[in-house]
Amino acid sequence: MSTRLATGGRLIDRGARVEFTFNGKRLSGYAGDTLASAMLGAGQTLMGRSFKYHRPRGVVASGAEEPNALMGIGTDGHFEPNQRATTQELFPGLTARSQNHWPSLEFDVGGINKHLSRFLPAGFYYKMFIHPRPFWKHVYEPFIRQSAGLGAAPRDRDADTYEHYYAHVDVLIAGGGIAGLAAALAAGRAGAKVLLVEQAGHWGGRAPVDGAVIDGKPAEAWIKDAVQTLEDMDNVDLRLRCMAAGVYDHGYALCYERLTDHLADKAGPRHRLWRVRAGRIVTATGAIERPLSFAGNDIPGVMLASAVRDYVVNWAVSPGDRTVVVTNNDDAYRTAIALKKAGLEVPAVIDARAAPEGPLVEEVKSLGVKVLSGKAIAKVKGRKFVTGVAIAAQAGEGAVLEEIACDAVAVSGGWSPVVHLWSHCGGKLTWDEAQAAFRPNPDKGPTGADGAVFVIPAGAANGEMATSSVLSDAHAAGAKAAGADAGDAPTAEVTAEGPIAPVWMMPQGAKPELRAKAWLDYQNDVKVSDVQLAAREGFESVEHAKRYTTLGMATDQGKLSNINGLATLAHALGEDIPQVGTTTFRPPYTPISMGSIAGEARGALFQPLRRSPLHGWHEANGADFEPVGHWRRPYTFKRGDESREQSVAREINNTRQGLGLLDASTLGKIIVKGPDAGRFMDMLYTNMMSTLAPGKCRYGLMCSENGFLMDDGVVARLDEDTFLCHTTSGGADRVHAHMEEWLQTEWWDWKVYTANLTEQYAQIAVVGPKARKVLEKLGGMDLSAETLPFMGWATGTLAGIPARVFRISFSGELSFEVAVAAGQGLALWEALMEAGQEFGVMPYGTEALHVMRAEKGFIMIGDETEGTVIPQDLGLSWAISKKKDDYIGKRGQEREFLASPDRWKLVGLQTLDGSVLPEGAYAVAEGTNANGQRNTQGRVTSTYHSPTLDRGIAMGLVKDGPDRMGEVLTFPRVDGTGVEARIVSPVFFDPEGEKQNV
Amino acid sequence: MKRYSAFAIAREALRHHTGWERAWRSPEPKKHYDVIIIGAGGHGLATAYHLGKDHGIRNVAILEKGWLGGGNTGRNTTIIRSNYLQDPSAAIYEKSRSLYETLSQDLNYNIMFSPRGVIMLAQTEHEVRGYKRTAQANALQGVKTEFISPQRVKELVPIISLDGPRYPVLGGLWQSRGGTARHDAVAWGYARACSDMGMDIIQKCEVTGITTEGGRVKGVETSRGAITCGKLGIVVAGHSGHLADMAGFRLPIESVALQALVSEPIKPCMDVVVMANTVHGYMSQSDKGEMVIGGGADGYNNYTQRGSFHHIEETVRALIETFPMISRLKMLRQWGGIVDMTGDRSPILSKTPVEGIFMNCGWGTGGFKAIPGSGFAMAELMARGGSSIADPFSMTRFREGRFIDESVAAGVAH
Ligand SMILES: Cc1cc2nc3c(=O)[nH]c(=O)nc-3n(C[C@H](O)[C@H](O)[C@H](O)COP(=O)(O)OP(=O)(O)OC[C@H]3O[C@@H](n4cnc5c(N)ncnc54)[C@H](O)[C@@H]3O)c2cc1C
Repeated sequence: MSTRLATGGRLIDRGARVEFTFNGKRLSGYAGDTLASAMLGAGQTLMGRSFKYHRPRGVVASGAEEPNALMGIGTDGHFEPNQRATTQELFPGLTARSQNHWPSLEFDVGGINKHLSRFLPAGFYYKMFIHPRPFWKHVYEPFIRQSAGLGAAPRDRDADTYEHYYAHVDVLIAGGGIAGLAAALAAGRAGAKVLLVEQAGHWGGRAPVDGAVIDGKPAEAWIKDAVQTLEDMDNVDLRLRCMAAGVYDHGYALCYERLTDHLADKAGPRHRLWRVRAGRIVTATGAIERPLSFAGNDIPGVMLASAVRDYVVNWAVSPGDRTVVVTNNDDAYRTAIALKKAGLEVPAVIDARAAPEGPLVEEVKSLGVKVLSGKAIAKVKGRKFVTGVAIAAQAGEGAVLEEIACDAVAVSGGWSPVVHLWSHCGGKLTWDEAQAAFRPNPDKGPTGADGAVFVIPAGAANGEMATSSVLSDAHAAGAKAAGADAGDAPTAEVTAEGPIAPVWMMPQGAKPELRAKAWLDYQNDVKVSDVQLAAREGFESVEHAKRYTTLGMATDQGKLSNINGLATLAHALGEDIPQVGTTTFRPPYTPISMGSIAGEARGALFQPLRRSPLHGWHEANGADFEPVGHWRRPYTFKRGDESREQSVAREINNTRQGLGLLDASTLGKIIVKGPDAGRFMDMLYTNMMSTLAPGKCRYGLMCSENGFLMDDGVVARLDEDTFLCHTTSGGADRVHAHMEEWLQTEWWDWKVYTANLTEQYAQIAVVGPKARKVLEKLGGMDLSAETLPFMGWATGTLAGIPARVFRISFSGELSFEVAVAAGQGLALWEALMEAGQEFGVMPYGTEALHVMRAEKGFIMIGDETEGTVIPQDLGLSWAISKKKDDYIGKRGQEREFLASPDRWKLVGLQTLDGSVLPEGAYAVAEGTNANGQRNTQGRVTSTYHSPTLDRGIAMGLVKDGPDRMGEVLTFPRVDGTGVEARIVSPVFFDPEGEKQNV
Repeated sequence: MKRYSAFAIAREALRHHTGWERAWRSPEPKKHYDVIIIGAGGHGLATAYHLGKDHGIRNVAILEKGWLGGGNTGRNTTIIRSNYLQDPSAAIYEKSRSLYETLSQDLNYNIMFSPRGVIMLAQTEHEVRGYKRTAQANALQGVKTEFISPQRVKELVPIISLDGPRYPVLGGLWQSRGGTARHDAVAWGYARACSDMGMDIIQKCEVTGITTEGGRVKGVETSRGAITCGKLGIVVAGHSGHLADMAGFRLPIESVALQALVSEPIKPCMDVVVMANTVHGYMSQSDKGEMVIGGGADGYNNYTQRGSFHHIEETVRALIETFPMISRLKMLRQWGGIVDMTGDRSPILSKTPVEGIFMNCGWGTGGFKAIPGSGFAMAELMARGGSSIADPFSMTRFREGRFIDESVAAGVAH
């Protein structure tokens, strides 16, 4: 059983006990523990259940590569599922729960034993659950969904906050082991601006555990000095608990800093996402040990040899009293030595190599440990914990030679450089025969805009395994990244190591029943037999095999399993490993929180909210807002307990009979200015704008290149070379971008500038029979019909405020739109409200605006148009100049289908019973088309109840519509019943325009 | 072909699964085929399948430069729906959706079509009107959809926040028989069926040239030699422009990278697919428990199938607003796929200026859902020279101005 040793533990503080709970049980560890080390220290080896078979799982690793020990951490708004116990630092009061079992971790009814698992090989679900058809959705799938998944879904709204940092550095160094430190020293000394990030909570990585001696000092001391030196450099920034998560094009990188995950006090942001632009990125991300594939290698108590060593040295935790070491390389002997030095028993080192030799082997032997060479584990014994191992010859099929009782197994299959960051942006790999590992191919790195490789791997991440070469390689990488000469690197004493023997199956000829128990991917329950099955069935591409078996698709993304898996595949296909190749490495290196990706942009900060200068007044006066693009516009101003409909009707009646005010500030206002402005305007609009006289307004249409109507609005000519273009509220930015695109890409030599002044002006529509009266009362301008006729504009002062007044109307009423500087909008509005009291003034919102324009038969962009409608469809041919050679969209409109007489055209629609036509309804025609769809001959584009006429009114597009006045069409409702409506003129109210022309 | 069933699994379990045969053969290319399909994505495979099944054309090769299903078919977010607005779209997508209903049985391969329902959220008044119109259109097109209230949305998706501070949910367009399927299985199931009909699926075989004679197709040059054919179907998604160039004509297509991501798996918390077009993101939960998330395409033309960050940020922001609980999940993996976009965002199924060459492309961000229907229509077009479903999607429509524009119905495709 695992336990805490009486002495040692370089990372723990025995003076600081830390209480925590696991599945409600109170346990304790020390400050400096990870959750995993504390649990092992407390004797808790069973930590979770696997994904597919719900097999008991213990911790196998000591870092980010851990696939098994996943926990739900925290409660309520602080709960997070699937957190690795190996990277979760312990803090007082931490609550952890194991996952993926029911009813309990110890007893899980979902557990699938070896007899049943036979029936669930790789891809079994593709081959069954086919009949009967409804069963997939109603029976099989719900069952699979329940048993899959890992952690529980969070229920509460996130109680934490997140933030983004932006950094621009010469050199980003990922990894704070001795390689990262050496690279940082070299780059820092060369004067480069350096950001050094380390994912763990301490510097130095593996070296202190492995007992390295650097520049004559123990690694521990060298690391301390190096960190001190770096901290003293102004040009170097060091961050712990900060992982380089992804590398993207052009030296863009993401780093993920965990600020409070290790603290009891959760004040402040939880995570910080660094968005880094780096000249060069040094990846000093180390290497990860691989397990060996033998039967029962997933039983709790089987761990990576390096992890066993970490637990003993770093946290004074022994995974077991009697640990068998099994290996194909020398490094694992260090684990045997560490265990012996801690006073623990090592019954044997089982080495697959025929004749291991060298100083590490000798040292182990001299400590009295039996070394069984040329041997393999035939099988690990035990169910929820290891009870022993059966030994066989590596060369054989698994005939048991002897059994050794033990309670832990430390396994090493060699080391794989962490090449993820190198690969994210296209770096290629090469197979290193001697080390049986993929390492970065220096000739095929990711290149930046300058064509140079911008990622530089260093140390173990570059395939250098000996401390001395790690240091020299990393030192050179740091100097190179900084563009400096290398100079002297730190040096280290070298312990000679014998060569590794690639071992992908243990024993070599293991029989099917053993292969079916040899795990490759612990979390997803992928075994050697599964990969072999995939190969047999033709899933020969490594991507096929991965997807078919789910190998490497678990939350560790195959950090432990990938290389073993593809070696197994290569073997099964009779190919070489490099020929089979790897799957693609995708960001992030280890998962990062969604919260950190969103950063501060949540809730009110989610998107910029645009407020008109009158927004505050609206809020204080009962506005019922609707989102319009990024704006909020009052839909209506409700009074008392009016319904929305009642409120809208009141606003309309009041405006038509007296006086209404509309906040039109959100309307786009774009200035087009320059000697070529007239020429440009003639291209932009279908109308002839160059002939518009200063002081006049003209309603204009703007089309896309394809000819479709994209925006409309009133253009005012301010002077000879200046136009003010009003656009729809939602369209202002799009229209401005459209103008700029044409100016910048086609007519870059025209002398025209555009500026979007939408937010610089407040604009108020003063509408209704009393409109002129109220403005006259404010005083300052002559707004009589003679001085300011319809479609004219004038400047002056109103109520002492400089203003530009446009005499235009979207409601059919006498109407003035008054533009003033944004800062004076509120003053004008309040003055109007006050002066308007005697005329019964009321504000109105967007819905009243919409209904009034529909009563007048004015089109609305987005209702009558939607990207497929041309002005000609809408009876707007009058706004298309026949005198111009060209305008944007002209050629598009000449195409066969757009010029066809058969197009649906704008009409008014009046239901026979006065009801309101359903939104978006279609007018049906006889029969069905070749695909069995009901034929149609028109559709509703806008439909409202008109308070003015007290009946339903609608506009629509109907085939040959204008020629079919008086005809009755049928519009089915979705429930199958139909509504009948007559084709009428789209102008329902005041067809002669008498009201607006007073 | 040995049939798949629970019984077959039981039989094989007894002999450690050593008796399973290859899902598809791996043949050497022949000198000549009646039909060559370039591209073993879903659309290419489905086209071949229907050529064989519906039209008896079985001397067919499907040439794939990488591994079958490895293009967008193997990297999409698998949303299946047919609630399109325009008649031609509704026809092909509903044909497709209905074929998905029985595809597992037809192929004897569980492609896990899961008609769990798709909601498109209406978050502005404008969207409400747009979706009500779509529901009207769908009723006449024989597509079952319904505009539902915010309360009903909440019942279907308990984890949703109805009144986010920016865009309250005002309702939604609900297609109860929309859903998802397992993307790899779709490709594999078709491949197995094609192979079983005697067709040759040739992987790691890149087409490098197209030979024509007198305005008619003769054959293709490939990395594994020249092959002649009677008819040629080009079904290569993001690479369509290249292949058209080899055949000597141009296409109105641009290629951009579309981004997607998944979270770590969690226990079931969302049973339907939700698309939030105003904020620009969509999400479903896979059978493994991962939240499958998509949103935007990169703003520049590009051929690298890589993830980029900027859209991921926008998409995740949008979805945290919609589903606040996902803030505490972690992104497991992100990736991109090169999608082929036409001017009207609708696909091309078409004859071409070269006699005997047919194009199937332009599926852009939303062609997974169309695979069975597209295969059906494309096969009809290639075998008979015309198809009521395919014809409106002819590439001549751009010249005629006969666009099939769906942007009115959805700001974000899929
Ligand atoms: C991130 C993302 C999310 C998506 N989400 C959805 C969704 O939710 N719902 C939906 O309906 N759709 C979605 N799509 C779109 C969908 O994936 C595609 O429309 C569809 O898969 C296209 O299928 P295909 O067979 O045409 O193309 P592909 O699957 O890309 O197949 C084309 C094949 O052609 C091969 N090829 C190319 N050039 C050559 C050559 N010279 N010689 C030989 N072979 C060649 C390629 O290798 C490839 O295998 C998404 C796409 C992406 C990228």
